[in-house]
Amino acid sequence: MIGLEHYLAVAAALFVIGIFGLFLNRKNVIILLMSIELMLLAVNINFVAFSSFLNDMVGQVFTLFVLTVAASEAAIGLAILVCFFRNRGTIDVEDVNVMKG
Amino acid sequence: MTVAVFTFYFFAITTVTGGLMTVLSRNPVHSVLWLILAFLSSAGLFVLLGAEFVAMLLIIVYVGAVAVLFLFVVMMLDVDFAELKAEMSKYMPLALLIGAVILMQLGMALGVWSFAETSGENLAAPIGETQNTAALGLLIYDKYIILFQLAGLILLVAMIGAIVLTLRHRVDIKRQNVMQQMHRDPAKAMELKDMKPGQGL
Repeated sequence: MIGLEHYLAVAAALFVIGIFGLFLNRKNVIILLMSIELMLLAVNINFVAFSSFLNDMVGQVFTLFVLTVAASEAAIGLAILVCFFRNRGTIDVEDVNVMKG
Repeated sequence: MTVAVFTFYFFAITTVTGGLMTVLSRNPVHSVLWLILAFLSSAGLFVLLGAEFVAMLLIIVYVGAVAVLFLFVVMMLDVDFAELKAEMSKYMPLALLIGAVILMQLGMALGVWSFAETSGENLAAPIGETQNTAALGLLIYDKYIILFQLAGLILLVAMIGAIVLTLRHRVDIKRQNVMQQMHRDPAKAMELKDMKPGQGL
């Protein structure tokens, strides 16, 4: 029988892949955003697995909210990306220093 | 090996492969497609866990909206992705190191972890015989109504933000001015001149 640990292992692997992607694709913001989506998906898998194995529904409710935040984050991120591309003509984030911060 | 076990391993392997290929793929369009595969197979995992509604939501929201949004942006922007990918191998050792460290930390934390003896006693909303979608509806429209409305507000703000960020009024093109059109006066728009025969204006 498949236990909770198996699901947690999948989620952990997915989360680490997300972080791995953040470091690997430092220049390409689109892949960075996708890596963040992967990490949030890992969190969702954790939530649903715990919800199922603990017999508690609230984990799935939380998954709903994480999903909401992930969707709006992707929308805003891509909007900023389009805006940035219009102004600079590139999506290389290594030289994002418009604000000289 | 029962069907459930086989299905779990199938979906687990496809999820992880999809995630890995998303990150490693050279072409961002392929990345998005791998991401869709990862989402679809994790929806399968959710079905295995008995969370059908969230699984369907994952397919609709992620595959139907977010991934397609990514696809649109990737295709819309004229970016030289080969150049962006060129330095990938430079970051590989650091990325592998950090990935391995975090994986080890997670393994150490989750390896020794177990449910407390009393954890089953104080559940907020025990899963009963109710069907998954109905149970979720009973919760989010009753106990978590405020949070649910706030989630809607977040989506609204995100929508407005995305529109405000990307909307631009170009000055170099001719646009329709509705107010001007509506208040157009026929008497002023046309001028009648009395012309005598044989004379010009």
